[in-house]
Amino acid sequence: MRLAMAIDTKKCVGCSDCVVSCQTENSVPIGYCRDWIVEVNDGTYPQLEMEIRSERCNQCSNSPCVRCCPTGASHYDYGGIVLVTPHKCIGCGACISSCPYDARYPHPKGYVDKCTFCVHRVKEGLPPACVAVCPTKCLYFGDTDDQRSEISLVLKKRKYKRLIPEAGTNPNLYFLI
Amino acid sequence: MREELIISGRNNPMVDPVLNIWHWQIPLYLFLGGVAAGILFFASLYFIMGREKKYPAAIKWAPFLTPFLLVIGLGALFLDLNHKAFFWQLYLTFRIESPMSWGAWILMVITPLSIVWCATWIKELKPGWHWKYPFLDQWEAFFKKHRLIIAWIMLISAVILGVYTGILLSAFNARPLWNTSILGPLFFASSLSTGAAVIMLMAKSHLERNIFSRIDLILIAIEMFLIVHMFMGFQASTQVQIDAANMFLGGAYTEVFWIFVVIIGLLVPAILEILELLGYKIPIIITSSLILTGGIFLRFVIVYAGQASRYLY
Repeated sequence: MRLAMAIDTKKCVGCSDCVVSCQTENSVPIGYCRDWIVEVNDGTYPQLEMEIRSERCNQCSNSPCVRCCPTGASHYDYGGIVLVTPHKCIGCGACISSCPYDARYPHPKGYVDKCTFCVHRVKEGLPPACVAVCPTKCLYFGDTDDQRSEISLVLKKRKYKRLIPEAGTNPNLYFLI
Repeated sequence: MREELIISGRNNPMVDPVLNIWHWQIPLYLFLGGVAAGILFFASLYFIMGREKKYPAAIKWAPFLTPFLLVIGLGALFLDLNHKAFFWQLYLTFRIESPMSWGAWILMVITPLSIVWCATWIKELKPGWHWKYPFLDQWEAFFKKHRLIIAWIMLISAVILGVYTGILLSAFNARPLWNTSILGPLFFASSLSTGAAVIMLMAKSHLERNIFSRIDLILIAIEMFLIVHMFMGFQASTQVQIDAANMFLGGAYTEVFWIFVVIIGLLVPAILEILELLGYKIPIIITSSLILTGGIFLRFVIVYAGQASRYLY
Protein backbone atom coordinates (compact mmCIF):
# COMPACT_ATOMS: atom_id res chain seq x y z
CA MET A 1 0.00 0.00 0.00
CA ARG A 2 1.26 3.46 -0.90
CA LEU A 3 -0.94 6.26 0.41
CA ALA A 4 -0.82 9.46 -1.63
CA MET A 5 -2.78 12.63 -2.29
CA ALA A 6 -3.66 14.43 -5.48
CA ILE A 7 -4.53 18.12 -5.45
CA ASP A 8 -6.51 19.52 -8.36
CA THR A 9 -5.01 22.98 -8.91
CA LYS A 10 -7.76 23.77 -11.42
CA LYS A 11 -10.47 23.28 -8.81
CA CYS A 12 -8.77 24.64 -5.68
CA VAL A 13 -10.00 28.14 -4.81
CA GLY A 14 -7.61 28.71 -1.91
CA CYS A 15 -10.32 28.97 0.77
CA SER A 16 -7.99 27.58 3.49
CA ASP A 17 -10.66 25.20 4.80
CA CYS A 18 -8.11 22.37 4.69
CA VAL A 19 -5.76 24.43 6.88
CA VAL A 20 -8.39 25.18 9.51
CA SER A 21 -9.85 21.65 9.55
CA CYS A 22 -6.35 20.24 10.10
CA GLN A 23 -5.68 22.62 12.97
CA THR A 24 -8.98 21.57 14.58
CA GLU A 25 -8.69 17.84 13.95
CA ASN A 26 -5.10 17.53 15.12
CA SER A 27 -5.12 20.19 17.89
CA VAL A 28 -2.31 22.02 16.12
CA PRO A 29 -1.00 24.71 18.53
CA ILE A 30 -2.13 28.26 17.79
CA GLY A 31 0.20 30.06 15.39
CA TYR A 32 1.28 26.83 13.69
CA CYS A 33 -0.03 24.89 10.70
CA ARG A 34 0.62 21.54 9.07
CA ASP A 35 -0.79 22.49 5.66
CA TRP A 36 -0.92 25.74 3.75
CA ILE A 37 -2.02 27.33 0.49
CA VAL A 38 0.41 28.60 -2.14
CA GLU A 39 -0.69 31.01 -4.84
CA VAL A 40 1.48 31.35 -7.94
CA ASN A 41 0.95 34.38 -10.13
CA ASP A 42 2.61 34.42 -13.50
CA GLY A 43 2.76 37.19 -16.11
CA THR A 44 1.60 40.82 -16.18
CA TYR A 45 -1.92 42.19 -16.53
CA PRO A 46 -3.90 41.38 -18.63
CA GLN A 47 -1.90 38.23 -19.51
CA LEU A 48 -2.11 36.56 -16.12
CA GLU A 49 -2.07 32.98 -15.03
CA MET A 50 -2.72 31.75 -11.52
CA GLU A 51 -2.19 28.42 -9.83
CA ILE A 52 -3.42 27.60 -6.34
CA ARG A 53 -1.95 24.68 -4.46
CA SER A 54 -2.94 23.18 -1.12
CA GLU A 55 0.41 21.94 0.23
CA ARG A 56 1.48 19.75 3.12
CA CYS A 57 4.13 17.13 3.91
CA ASN A 58 4.87 15.17 0.71
CA GLN A 59 5.16 11.85 2.62
CA CYS A 60 8.23 11.13 0.44
CA SER A 61 9.17 7.55 -0.40
CA ASN A 62 12.84 8.52 -0.04
CA SER A 63 12.55 10.93 2.88
CA PRO A 64 15.60 13.00 3.79
CA CYS A 65 14.00 13.56 7.20
CA VAL A 66 13.87 9.83 7.99
CA ARG A 67 17.43 9.44 6.76
CA CYS A 68 18.80 12.30 8.87
CA CYS A 69 16.97 11.45 12.09
CA PRO A 70 19.59 10.31 14.64
CA THR A 71 17.17 8.47 16.93
CA GLY A 72 14.72 6.80 14.55
CA ALA A 73 11.85 9.03 15.79
CA SER A 74 11.02 9.88 12.16
CA HIS A 75 9.98 6.67 10.47
CA TYR A 76 7.83 5.15 7.73
CA ASP A 77 4.50 3.97 9.08
CA TYR A 78 1.13 2.71 7.82
CA GLY A 79 0.95 2.93 4.03
CA GLY A 80 4.31 4.69 3.77
CA ILE A 81 3.20 7.70 5.82
CA VAL A 82 6.17 9.46 7.47
CA LEU A 83 5.49 9.91 11.19
CA VAL A 84 7.35 11.25 14.23
CA THR A 85 7.30 9.40 17.55
CA PRO A 86 7.27 12.28 20.10
CA HIS A 87 8.91 10.35 22.94
CA LYS A 88 11.84 9.36 20.69
CA CYS A 89 12.35 12.85 19.22
CA ILE A 90 15.12 14.95 20.78
CA GLY A 91 14.23 18.11 18.87
CA CYS A 92 17.65 18.44 17.22
CA GLY A 93 16.17 19.98 14.05
CA ALA A 94 18.03 17.75 11.58
CA CYS A 95 14.78 16.71 9.87
CA ILE A 96 13.56 20.31 9.68
CA SER A 97 16.81 21.34 7.99
CA SER A 98 16.64 18.40 5.60
CA CYS A 99 13.07 18.94 4.36
CA PRO A 100 12.97 20.78 1.01
CA TYR A 101 9.26 21.53 1.53
CA ASP A 102 9.62 23.13 4.98
CA ALA A 103 6.78 20.84 6.06
CA ARG A 104 8.02 20.28 9.62
CA TYR A 105 8.10 22.59 12.62
CA PRO A 106 9.20 22.33 16.25
CA HIS A 107 6.10 21.79 18.40
CA PRO A 108 6.01 24.11 21.47
CA LYS A 109 6.32 20.95 23.60
CA GLY A 110 9.76 20.32 22.05
CA TYR A 111 9.34 17.47 19.60
CA VAL A 112 9.02 17.93 15.85
CA ASP A 113 5.54 17.84 14.35
CA LYS A 114 4.14 17.54 10.84
CA CYS A 115 1.23 16.36 8.68
CA THR A 116 0.32 12.74 9.45
CA PHE A 117 -2.18 12.31 6.58
CA CYS A 118 -4.56 12.00 9.60
CA VAL A 119 -3.34 8.45 10.07
CA HIS A 120 -5.75 7.96 13.00
CA ARG A 121 -8.70 8.62 10.65
CA VAL A 122 -7.24 6.72 7.70
CA LYS A 123 -6.81 3.56 9.78
CA GLU A 124 -10.56 3.69 10.49
CA GLY A 125 -11.35 4.03 6.80
CA LEU A 126 -12.02 7.78 6.95
CA PRO A 127 -10.34 10.32 4.66
CA PRO A 128 -7.91 12.87 6.18
CA ALA A 129 -9.64 15.92 7.67
CA CYS A 130 -8.54 18.25 4.85
CA VAL A 131 -9.94 15.90 2.21
CA ALA A 132 -13.21 15.46 4.11
CA VAL A 133 -13.97 19.19 4.36
CA CYS A 134 -12.75 20.44 0.97
CA PRO A 135 -15.77 22.34 -0.46
CA THR A 136 -14.66 22.00 -4.10
CA LYS A 137 -13.68 18.32 -3.73
CA CYS A 138 -10.27 19.12 -5.19
CA LEU A 139 -8.35 16.72 -2.91
CA TYR A 140 -8.08 13.03 -3.76
CA PHE A 141 -6.65 10.60 -1.23
CA GLY A 142 -5.95 6.91 -1.60
CA ASP A 143 -3.64 4.03 -2.42
CA THR A 144 -1.60 4.44 -5.62
CA ASP A 145 -0.60 0.76 -5.51
CA ASP A 146 -4.28 -0.12 -6.09
CA GLN A 147 -4.83 0.43 -9.82
CA ARG A 148 -8.60 0.88 -9.41
CA SER A 149 -8.55 3.40 -6.55
CA GLU A 150 -9.97 6.86 -7.23
CA ILE A 151 -6.54 8.50 -7.00
CA SER A 152 -4.95 6.00 -9.42
CA LEU A 153 -7.71 6.65 -11.96
CA VAL A 154 -7.44 10.43 -11.69
CA LEU A 155 -3.63 10.23 -12.08
CA LYS A 156 -4.12 8.17 -15.26
CA LYS A 157 -6.60 10.65 -16.69
CA ARG A 158 -4.97 13.95 -15.79
CA LYS A 159 -1.58 15.58 -16.25
CA TYR A 160 0.21 16.19 -13.00
CA LYS A 161 3.44 17.48 -11.49
CA ARG A 162 5.25 16.82 -8.25
CA LEU A 163 7.14 19.43 -6.25
CA ILE A 164 10.96 19.46 -6.46
CA PRO A 165 11.41 15.82 -7.51
CA GLU A 166 15.00 16.89 -8.34
CA ALA A 167 15.73 16.92 -4.60
CA GLY A 168 15.59 13.12 -4.84
CA THR A 169 12.76 12.75 -2.35
CA ASN A 170 10.26 10.80 -4.49
CA PRO A 171 7.29 12.80 -3.15
CA ASN A 172 3.73 11.40 -2.94
CA LEU A 173 1.76 14.61 -3.43
CA TYR A 174 0.51 14.97 -7.00
CA PHE A 175 -0.62 18.35 -8.30
CA LEU A 176 -3.09 18.00 -11.18
CA ILE A 177 -2.47 20.69 -13.78
CA MET B 1 6.74 38.26 -13.56
CA ARG B 2 6.29 35.17 -11.42
CA GLU B 3 5.70 35.14 -7.71
CA GLU B 4 4.84 32.34 -5.33
CA LEU B 5 3.18 33.28 -2.06
CA ILE B 6 1.79 31.38 0.88
CA ILE B 7 -1.67 32.96 1.15
CA SER B 8 -3.00 30.97 4.09
CA GLY B 9 -0.66 32.76 6.47
CA ARG B 10 1.79 30.02 7.38
CA ASN B 11 4.10 31.41 10.02
CA ASN B 12 5.58 28.44 11.86
CA PRO B 13 8.18 29.69 14.36
CA MET B 14 11.81 28.90 13.40
CA VAL B 15 10.74 27.79 9.91
CA ASP B 16 9.12 30.88 8.37
CA PRO B 17 9.87 33.13 6.60
CA VAL B 18 13.41 31.70 6.38
CA LEU B 19 14.57 28.56 8.17
CA ASN B 20 16.07 29.58 11.51
CA ILE B 21 16.20 26.33 13.44
CA TRP B 22 19.91 26.37 14.27
CA HIS B 23 21.40 29.31 16.11
CA TRP B 24 24.82 30.03 17.64
CA GLN B 25 25.03 26.65 19.41
CA ILE B 26 25.62 24.53 16.30
CA PRO B 27 28.41 26.60 14.68
CA LEU B 28 30.07 27.04 18.09
CA TYR B 29 30.02 23.27 18.60
CA LEU B 30 31.27 22.63 15.05
CA PHE B 31 34.18 24.97 15.77
CA LEU B 32 35.07 23.58 19.23
CA GLY B 33 34.67 19.98 18.06
CA GLY B 34 36.85 20.80 15.06
CA VAL B 35 39.65 22.33 17.17
CA ALA B 36 39.56 19.32 19.51
CA ALA B 37 39.64 16.91 16.57
CA GLY B 38 42.61 18.80 15.09
CA ILE B 39 44.62 18.74 18.33
CA LEU B 40 43.90 15.06 19.04
CA PHE B 41 44.71 14.16 15.43
CA PHE B 42 48.19 15.66 15.68
CA ALA B 43 48.70 14.33 19.22
CA SER B 44 47.93 10.74 18.30
CA LEU B 45 49.62 10.89 14.89
CA TYR B 46 52.92 12.18 16.26
CA PHE B 47 52.76 9.84 19.24
CA ILE B 48 52.36 6.88 16.90
CA MET B 49 55.29 8.21 14.86
CA GLY B 50 57.37 8.36 18.09
CA ARG B 51 57.99 12.13 18.14
CA GLU B 52 57.28 12.49 21.84
CA LYS B 53 60.50 14.38 22.60
CA LYS B 54 60.32 16.57 19.51
CA TYR B 55 56.71 17.77 19.76
CA PRO B 56 55.79 17.92 23.46
CA ALA B 57 53.16 20.64 22.96
CA ALA B 58 51.27 18.66 20.34
CA ILE B 59 51.37 15.34 22.17
CA LYS B 60 51.23 16.35 25.82
CA TRP B 61 50.16 19.95 26.50
CA ALA B 62 47.59 20.91 23.86
CA PRO B 63 45.41 17.80 24.48
CA PHE B 64 44.74 19.14 27.98
CA LEU B 65 42.43 21.69 26.38
CA THR B 66 40.40 19.13 24.46
CA PRO B 67 38.20 17.71 27.27
CA PHE B 68 37.11 21.28 28.03
CA LEU B 69 36.50 22.11 24.36
CA LEU B 70 34.49 18.92 23.88
CA VAL B 71 32.44 19.37 27.05
CA ILE B 72 31.61 23.00 26.19
CA GLY B 73 30.71 21.84 22.67
CA LEU B 74 28.49 19.07 24.01
CA GLY B 75 26.83 21.59 26.32
CA ALA B 76 26.12 23.85 23.33
CA LEU B 77 24.63 20.89 21.46
CA PHE B 78 22.43 20.08 24.42
CA LEU B 79 21.20 23.68 24.59
CA ASP B 80 20.25 23.44 20.93
CA LEU B 81 17.86 20.54 21.49
CA ASN B 82 14.18 21.43 21.68
CA HIS B 83 13.17 18.23 23.47
CA LYS B 84 16.02 18.18 25.98
CA ALA B 85 14.62 15.60 28.41
CA PHE B 86 14.82 12.94 25.68
CA PHE B 87 18.47 13.44 24.64
CA TRP B 88 19.34 9.91 25.80
CA GLN B 89 17.34 8.53 22.88
CA LEU B 90 20.49 9.25 20.84
CA TYR B 91 22.22 6.44 22.70
CA LEU B 92 19.56 3.77 22.37
CA THR B 93 20.19 3.34 18.65
CA PHE B 94 22.80 3.76 15.97
CA ARG B 95 21.57 4.92 12.59
CA ILE B 96 24.21 4.47 9.91
CA GLU B 97 22.54 6.90 7.48
CA SER B 98 22.33 9.75 9.96
CA PRO B 99 25.55 11.78 10.40
CA MET B 100 24.17 13.17 13.64
CA SER B 101 23.99 9.63 15.05
CA TRP B 102 27.61 9.08 14.04
CA GLY B 103 28.54 12.34 15.74
CA ALA B 104 26.71 11.51 18.97
CA TRP B 105 28.48 8.18 19.25
CA ILE B 106 31.93 9.40 18.23
CA LEU B 107 31.72 12.12 20.90
CA MET B 108 31.00 9.40 23.45
CA VAL B 109 34.22 7.68 22.33
CA ILE B 110 36.56 10.65 21.94
CA THR B 111 35.57 12.68 25.03
CA PRO B 112 36.50 9.94 27.57
CA LEU B 113 39.57 9.06 25.47
CA SER B 114 40.80 12.66 25.59
CA ILE B 115 40.43 12.65 29.38
CA VAL B 116 42.31 9.32 29.63
CA TRP B 117 45.02 10.66 27.33
CA CYS B 118 45.53 13.73 29.54
CA ALA B 119 45.51 11.60 32.69
CA THR B 120 48.47 9.58 31.41
CA TRP B 121 50.53 12.77 30.96
CA ILE B 122 49.46 14.77 33.99
CA LYS B 123 52.41 13.70 36.12
CA GLU B 124 54.77 15.20 33.54
CA LEU B 125 52.80 18.44 33.45
CA LYS B 126 52.54 18.74 37.23
CA PRO B 127 55.47 16.84 38.82
CA GLY B 128 53.88 16.96 42.30
CA TRP B 129 50.55 15.45 41.14
CA HIS B 130 49.16 12.51 43.01
CA TRP B 131 45.76 10.82 42.62
CA LYS B 132 43.38 11.02 45.52
CA TYR B 133 42.38 7.37 45.30
CA PRO B 134 44.93 4.58 44.91
CA PHE B 135 42.91 2.70 42.25
CA LEU B 136 43.42 5.66 39.92
CA ASP B 137 47.17 4.97 40.08
CA GLN B 138 46.53 1.46 38.84
CA TRP B 139 44.34 2.77 36.05
CA GLU B 140 46.97 5.31 35.07
CA ALA B 141 49.62 2.59 34.90
CA PHE B 142 47.28 0.46 32.78
CA PHE B 143 46.51 3.26 30.32
CA LYS B 144 50.18 4.32 30.18
CA LYS B 145 51.06 0.79 29.11
CA HIS B 146 48.47 0.91 26.33
CA ARG B 147 49.06 4.44 25.09
CA LEU B 148 49.72 3.23 21.57
CA ILE B 149 46.32 1.54 21.30
CA ILE B 150 44.63 4.64 22.72
CA ALA B 151 46.49 6.77 20.18
CA TRP B 152 45.28 4.64 17.28
CA ILE B 153 41.63 4.75 18.40
CA MET B 154 41.97 8.48 19.03
CA LEU B 155 43.47 9.07 15.57
CA ILE B 156 40.57 7.34 13.83
CA SER B 157 37.96 9.02 16.05
CA ALA B 158 39.55 12.43 15.45
CA VAL B 159 39.32 11.95 11.68
CA ILE B 160 35.66 10.88 11.96
CA LEU B 161 34.89 13.82 14.27
CA GLY B 162 36.60 16.32 11.96
CA VAL B 163 34.96 15.04 8.78
CA TYR B 164 31.52 14.48 10.29
CA THR B 165 31.11 18.13 11.26
CA GLY B 166 31.05 18.91 7.54
CA ILE B 167 29.17 15.79 6.41
CA LEU B 168 26.49 16.61 8.99
CA LEU B 169 25.51 19.61 6.88
CA SER B 170 26.03 18.07 3.44
CA ALA B 171 23.56 15.25 4.19
CA PHE B 172 20.65 17.69 3.99
CA ASN B 173 19.05 17.50 0.53
CA ALA B 174 16.98 20.59 1.15
CA ARG B 175 19.74 23.19 1.50
CA PRO B 176 21.62 23.60 -1.77
CA LEU B 177 24.55 25.42 -0.12
CA TRP B 178 25.21 22.52 2.26
CA ASN B 179 24.47 19.82 -0.26
CA THR B 180 28.06 19.46 -1.45
CA SER B 181 30.50 16.76 -0.40
CA ILE B 182 33.32 19.37 -0.37
CA LEU B 183 32.11 20.51 3.07
CA GLY B 184 33.50 17.32 4.67
CA PRO B 185 37.11 17.81 3.56
CA LEU B 186 36.84 21.61 3.94
CA PHE B 187 35.73 21.40 7.58
CA PHE B 188 38.32 18.70 8.28
CA ALA B 189 41.11 20.83 6.79
CA SER B 190 39.86 23.79 8.81
CA SER B 191 39.74 21.74 12.01
CA LEU B 192 43.33 20.52 11.47
CA SER B 193 44.39 24.11 10.75
CA THR B 194 42.76 25.49 13.91
CA GLY B 195 44.19 22.57 15.91
CA ALA B 196 47.66 23.39 14.56
CA ALA B 197 47.09 27.04 15.53
CA VAL B 198 46.45 26.06 19.16
CA ILE B 199 49.54 23.81 19.17
CA MET B 200 51.66 26.67 17.76
CA LEU B 201 50.39 28.88 20.54
CA MET B 202 51.39 26.36 23.21
CA ALA B 203 54.69 25.27 21.69
CA LYS B 204 57.74 26.37 23.66
CA SER B 205 60.47 25.29 21.25
CA HIS B 206 61.17 27.18 18.07
CA LEU B 207 61.43 23.89 16.15
CA GLU B 208 57.95 22.68 17.04
CA ARG B 209 56.39 26.07 16.29
CA ASN B 210 58.16 26.15 12.97
CA ILE B 211 56.97 22.68 11.95
CA PHE B 212 53.36 23.42 12.83
CA SER B 213 53.61 26.74 11.05
CA ARG B 214 54.57 24.83 7.90
CA ILE B 215 51.80 22.26 8.38
CA ASP B 216 49.33 25.08 8.83
CA LEU B 217 50.53 26.78 5.67
CA ILE B 218 49.85 23.61 3.68
CA LEU B 219 46.41 23.28 5.30
CA ILE B 220 45.54 26.88 4.41
CA ALA B 221 46.52 26.16 0.80
CA ILE B 222 44.26 23.07 0.83
CA GLU B 223 41.38 25.12 2.29
CA MET B 224 41.76 27.78 -0.43
CA PHE B 225 41.79 25.04 -3.05
CA LEU B 226 38.64 23.46 -1.59
CA ILE B 227 36.82 26.81 -1.36
CA VAL B 228 37.56 27.54 -5.03
CA HIS B 229 36.43 24.04 -5.95
CA MET B 230 33.24 24.41 -3.94
CA PHE B 231 32.26 27.53 -5.89
CA MET B 232 33.25 25.96 -9.20
CA GLY B 233 31.05 22.98 -8.38
CA PHE B 234 28.11 25.22 -7.50
CA GLN B 235 28.47 27.32 -10.64
CA ALA B 236 28.42 24.21 -12.82
CA SER B 237 25.41 22.74 -11.02
CA THR B 238 21.67 23.45 -10.95
CA GLN B 239 20.02 26.87 -10.59
CA VAL B 240 19.40 26.50 -6.85
CA GLN B 241 23.09 25.81 -6.29
CA ILE B 242 24.10 28.75 -8.48
CA ASP B 243 21.78 30.87 -6.30
CA ALA B 244 23.43 29.42 -3.19
CA ALA B 245 26.91 30.33 -4.50
CA ASN B 246 25.68 33.81 -5.39
CA MET B 247 25.01 34.49 -1.71
CA PHE B 248 28.81 34.63 -1.45
CA LEU B 249 29.48 36.19 -4.84
CA GLY B 250 27.62 39.47 -4.48
CA GLY B 251 24.82 38.41 -2.14
CA ALA B 252 24.18 38.96 1.55
CA TYR B 253 27.13 36.90 2.82
CA THR B 254 29.78 38.24 0.43
CA GLU B 255 31.54 40.67 2.79
CA VAL B 256 31.54 38.51 5.90
CA PHE B 257 32.80 35.47 3.99
CA TRP B 258 35.56 37.03 1.92
CA ILE B 259 36.77 39.48 4.61
CA PHE B 260 36.55 37.38 7.77
CA VAL B 261 36.98 33.84 6.47
CA VAL B 262 39.22 34.23 3.43
CA ILE B 263 41.29 37.39 4.07
CA ILE B 264 41.53 37.52 7.89
CA GLY B 265 41.28 33.77 8.47
CA LEU B 266 43.38 32.40 5.61
CA LEU B 267 45.37 34.90 3.54
CA VAL B 268 46.75 37.13 6.31
CA PRO B 269 47.86 34.19 8.52
CA ALA B 270 49.42 32.53 5.45
CA ILE B 271 51.44 35.71 4.71
CA LEU B 272 52.48 35.99 8.39
CA GLU B 273 53.59 32.36 8.43
CA ILE B 274 55.61 32.81 5.24
CA LEU B 275 57.27 35.91 6.73
CA GLU B 276 58.08 33.96 9.87
CA LEU B 277 59.60 31.12 7.89
CA LEU B 278 61.69 33.72 6.06
CA GLY B 279 63.11 34.78 9.42
CA TYR B 280 60.98 37.77 10.47
CA LYS B 281 59.76 37.90 14.08
CA ILE B 282 55.98 37.68 14.12
CA PRO B 283 54.17 37.28 17.47
CA ILE B 284 52.59 33.83 17.29
CA ILE B 285 49.49 35.02 19.15
CA ILE B 286 48.51 37.17 16.15
CA THR B 287 48.79 34.37 13.60
CA SER B 288 47.05 31.82 15.81
CA SER B 289 44.17 34.05 16.82
CA LEU B 290 43.56 35.05 13.20
CA ILE B 291 43.37 31.38 12.17
CA LEU B 292 40.97 30.62 15.03
CA THR B 293 38.84 33.66 14.11
CA GLY B 294 38.69 32.45 10.52
CA GLY B 295 37.67 28.97 11.71
CA ILE B 296 34.82 30.22 13.85
CA PHE B 297 33.57 32.59 11.12
CA LEU B 298 33.64 29.77 8.55
CA ARG B 299 31.28 27.68 10.73
CA PHE B 300 28.94 30.56 11.50
CA VAL B 301 28.74 31.76 7.89
CA ILE B 302 28.13 28.29 6.45
CA VAL B 303 25.51 27.36 9.06
CA TYR B 304 23.57 30.62 8.72
CA ALA B 305 23.85 30.96 4.94
CA GLY B 306 22.89 27.31 4.47
CA GLN B 307 19.61 27.86 6.28
CA ALA B 308 18.86 30.76 3.94
CA SER B 309 19.44 28.65 0.82
CA ARG B 310 16.45 26.66 -0.38
CA TYR B 311 14.56 25.12 -3.27
CA LEU B 312 11.04 26.53 -2.96
CA TYR B 313 9.57 30.00 -3.45
